[in-house]
Order: sequence, then structure tokens, then C-alpha cells
Amino acid sequence: MNYLDFEKPLAEIEGKAEELRAMARQNSELDIAKEAEALDQKAAGMLRDLYKDLSPWRKCLVARHPDRPHCKDYIDALFSEYTPLAGDRNFADDHAVMGGLARLEDRPVMVIGQEKGHDTKSRIERNFGMARPEGYRKAIRLMEMAHRFGLPVITLVDTPGAYPGKGAEERGQSEAIARATQKCLEIGVPLVSVIIGEGGSGGAVALATANRVAMLEHSVYSVISPEGCASILWKDAEKMREAAEALRLTAQDLRKLGVIDRIIDEPLGGAQRGREETMAAVGAALEAMLGEIEGKAPDKLVSDRQRKFLEMGKKGLAA
Amino acid sequence: MNWITNYVRPRINSLFSRREVPENLWRKCDECGSMLFHRELADNLNVCTNCGHHMPITPRERFKTLFDNGVYSEVKVPEPVADPLHFRDQKRYPDRMKAAQRATGEKEAMLIAEGEVGRTPVVSAAQDFSFMGGSMGMYVGNAIIAACERAVKLGRPLVLFSAAGGARMQEGILSLMQMPRTTVAVQMLREAGLPYIVVLTHPTTGGVTASYAMLGDVQIAEPNALICFAGPRVIEQTIREKLPEGFQRAEYLLDHGMLDRVTHRKDMRDELITILRMLMHQPPAVRGDLPPPEPLTPAEPEPRQAEAGDASETAGEKTDRGTG
Ligand SMILES: [Zn+2]
Repeated sequence: MNYLDFEKPLAEIEGKAEELRAMARQNSELDIAKEAEALDQKAAGMLRDLYKDLSPWRKCLVARHPDRPHCKDYIDALFSEYTPLAGDRNFADDHAVMGGLARLEDRPVMVIGQEKGHDTKSRIERNFGMARPEGYRKAIRLMEMAHRFGLPVITLVDTPGAYPGKGAEERGQSEAIARATQKCLEIGVPLVSVIIGEGGSGGAVALATANRVAMLEHSVYSVISPEGCASILWKDAEKMREAAEALRLTAQDLRKLGVIDRIIDEPLGGAQRGREETMAAVGAALEAMLGEIEGKAPDKLVSDRQRKFLEMGKKGLAA
Repeated sequence: MNWITNYVRPRINSLFSRREVPENLWRKCDECGSMLFHRELADNLNVCTNCGHHMPITPRERFKTLFDNGVYSEVKVPEPVADPLHFRDQKRYPDRMKAAQRATGEKEAMLIAEGEVGRTPVVSAAQDFSFMGGSMGMYVGNAIIAACERAVKLGRPLVLFSAAGGARMQEGILSLMQMPRTTVAVQMLREAGLPYIVVLTHPTTGGVTASYAMLGDVQIAEPNALICFAGPRVIEQTIREKLPEGFQRAEYLLDHGMLDRVTHRKDMRDELITILRMLMHQPPAVRGDLPPPEPLTPAEPEPRQAEAGDASETAGEKTDRGTG
């Protein structure tokens, strides 16, 4: 278990309980049951308290937790016959974006998402989930294909943002993102999206301009990272807590603003403490969201999606 | 404390925009540092007479030289909710807005106009870098939607001049949502078969570049304009190497296939007329000194004097007017 900074006190108690149990295993005469149970209870109470009212900044930390299920985990757990499709047919295959044909229950779909990787090697290979133009152009190609064959598109969003690199800029990062957003708005098939971790700015919008958008309870979705915002508006990157607060980047605030359609509950202590449970909840939400729009005519799906975004933000927080 | 200084003074200040106070006679070029006589700079469309640097130009100045005889009418933009997030950094967002409005004499960072350019009726949108860095929030989104709706209604092309540091952070996620919103607006033009021409000016960056500013049928940039998604400083910090000379400037983008053209500001109007008239299936513009066209109404102002190399006078058949 990787503990976050704000979970340190919890880590200490859980560590002590673990130590006691280890001692008891070596010395059968020791009776630690009572003491260990008291520690367990204390830890459970503390976990509840910590997660009862997570601050926006702490939500950012949870959303970035390395043990959270990532795109590939969801695809493995929720889909069958996943058949990855690679490449943008222009330049390269970007491993920060994965996608392909798969079945959700029995229905064939196109699934696309950003993958961050789970250890040093895979993180480097996936570029920490930061896509280059090739990644967005691959997504465009797959959405286009889904449109032609009438397959619903499911996107799983988890990225700190599009990659700020030399080659990425030279090959048209902004154009690729703009075209991906445009493709999202054009396709005459159901498009549903879940922000499973970080929804980082334009790099997220490019996949999340969907008929239905859900967010996991502790995921975040923002125009800029709190660190970036703090360094620009506060001239001090250490003011990320204040920035996270001001940006209204939590699922709860975004639901109030009418930017997202539903919130998917996470287990107590975050998705990283109940990976299977989280993934099952995302699966159920995908079914529910697809159920709401499946069967609609292609034109209607497109016009509904366009109208949804045109009308967004009309009321601010009063919405 | 005197209530007059507290309450009356700020209102008076906001009534008189900065254009009415005596302007500085000299302005320094941001690029080469030359001191330029204000009048001379204005006559040169805010292009440095020494090094050719294209300095920011306000939407009103732009429209004055773009539209025939400088005549245009503004298109109304629906007002969004003010301060939708109740955002506060070191200052309150409404205070930042008020300061920007006082400094510019403008309501927001984008102006929409309709009129004729070389006798071709167009709708035009111009972003104001001097207003909070031209940043894109709900108002800019509404402005682009209004421009596209107006263009579709009148059957006219849209010419958009972009200039922005990116999304308006003070509107958080709602500024980000202007990326899909403005993309829907551009879609309306596509569906109506109307040309959408983007002129990228210095600087155009971030979420603006990654939405409506990169979706033009024709992409033109002013010389040396910085055009990017991530800014050069962010990239240097990420990759820890020095970027090549001219990186992310208009000419560099042209070399990398990201633009159709790089065009000097003094030639822009001419070029727009040429392109628009072809895309709108109109006869070629007639260049040179022509007798002024028959005025539509007796009250129309005197036609502008044609300058050398200027194509302000074009074929003036009645059929050219009110296309669509
Ligand atoms: Zn100069």
C-alpha cells in the first residue's frame, strides 16, 4: 500500500497493528488480539474521517494515486475480446493512448483511453499518460471507424495533460486536439466517457466531449493543474491548495456546474483501496449511460451532444 | 472620508475610455526596442517601422482598416453569468474584470462585427490581447457562437483574428468547456458550407489554439506570431533543452505544415478579399483606381482614398451585395 502524505498518521497505526500481528506469529504465547483490534478500529475511524470531506487538493493527490486502477486495468476487467488497434497511419503509435475493439457484455464497442503505466518501465513507455499528436490522431481514426460501423465509443480519461514536447508541438499538438474534439462532436454513435483519474485540460477534452460524462468520486477535471494555476495567478507554485479550491475541479462541483452527468462512488479510502469494487462500479455506470442513449438515431445523438455543450455553463454555480 | 472620491471618481473613470486621454507620443517596439512615433506606428497598422514586428492591434483598430471605409456594425453577444465560480486568487475575479474594462474601454476580450470587405459581406471576430491576455471564457465562447450564428443567418463567411494566452483560468472548467462549445460553432459554418478563415496573430496559445483557432478552412498567420499549445518555457522545463531559433513562430509552423500562409498585416486585407471572393464564387476583385461605387444610401460617407497598392476599390455590381 502506498500512503499519501496526508495519510501518514493512518500509515503509522496500520503499521503498528501489522507489527503486533507479526510478533504474535513468531510467539504463539503472546495475546495481542485485543490490542490489534483496537488499533484496527482506530485506523478505520481515521480513514473514514480523512475521506469524509477530502479537500480539492487532496482529491488531486488521490486522483493521481499510483495504485488507482488505470485504463488498462478497466479494459482487462470490464471488456472481453479486447483487440488493440494501433497507430495514426501518419507518424507513429502513441502508447499514451490505447484503444481498440472490445465487447462490453456482449455488445461490440470501440474503447479508447489514456494509460499512465504502473511501474517505471511502463510509465516511461506510456509517457505518464501524456499523449502526443499521434495519440489524438489514433483516437480520431478509431472514432471514425466506430462511426462507420455503428459501434458505441467508450472513452476512459486519465491524463495530466497533453505532452508539452518539441516534436509534439512541431507535429501539431493543438491541431490534433482540436480535431479530436471535433470528431467527438461529429460521430453518429453513442459516446460515453468516464474520468477515472485526472482530466487534464485540453488533453482530456479531446476524448471527453461525450453524450454522457461521468467522474469517479475522487477524480478531478480542470483547465489547468493546481500547481500551474498557482504559479501563474499566485506567482507561487506552493499555493496549489488555494488554486485547487478556487478552480472547482472536483466531481461534486462539476456536477453542480452541469459539466458532468454523474458521479461514480468510490470505496471508503479511494479507488486504490478497492480496485475491484471501483472497476465494477465503473462498468455499471457505463451500462447505465449507454442504456440511456442506445437506440437513438445517429442525427439525434450528434445534435443532442452539440446542444449539450452549447448550453453548458449558462447558470454558473447556481445551475 | 469624502464620498465623492470614493464613489463618483471610479464611475467617471469608466465613462471615459483610455482613448480619450492624451496618448503617449512615443511607443517602444517590444521586439527591437526602437522608439516609434505613435502616429506613424498607427499609420503602419502597429507594425514596427524599424524591424517589422507585428505588435498587438485592438479589434476596433483592426476592423477600421479591414472593413470598406472603416464601416461596420457590431454583432451583439449574449452576456454570460458574471464570475460563475466565485473565483478568487490574490484578487477577486470581478475586480480583475473591472480593471481590464477600465484599462481597455472594452467590455470583454472579443469583438464581433459585420460589414463589407472589398464589397464582400462578411462577419468578423477579433480577439483583444490587451483584455486579460485575450483569454477565453464564457463571453469569448458566446461571442464565437454569436458570430457563427450570424454568419449562417446571413450566409456570409467568417474571418476570425485570434490573439490569446489561452483559457481564462478564473472561469475554471467553464473556460475549458469553451473548447467543445466553439468547436460546435465552427461546425455550424461547415454544415452551412460557409468559409471560415482564421488569422492567427501574436500570440495565440493554449486552449484557443487547440480549438477554434486551428479549425479554419484557411489558416493564415501574421509574421513571427507565437502560435503553440504549450508555451516555450513549459517545454524547456519539461525536456530540459534549449529550443531552436524561431520555434513555434509563424514561419516555423508554416515550414512544419501547420499553416497555409504567413502574410504581412499590410497585405492581409487584400489577401482575404482574394480568397473570400473565390470561395464565395464571386468575380475577381478589380484592383486599382476605379470610380467609387454607387452609394446605397445618400448618407453613406465619402469613399476612402485609394492608396498605392491598395485594393480598396473592387467590382461594385449590385449583385455582389447581400450574398446569400
Ligand atoms: Zn521593432
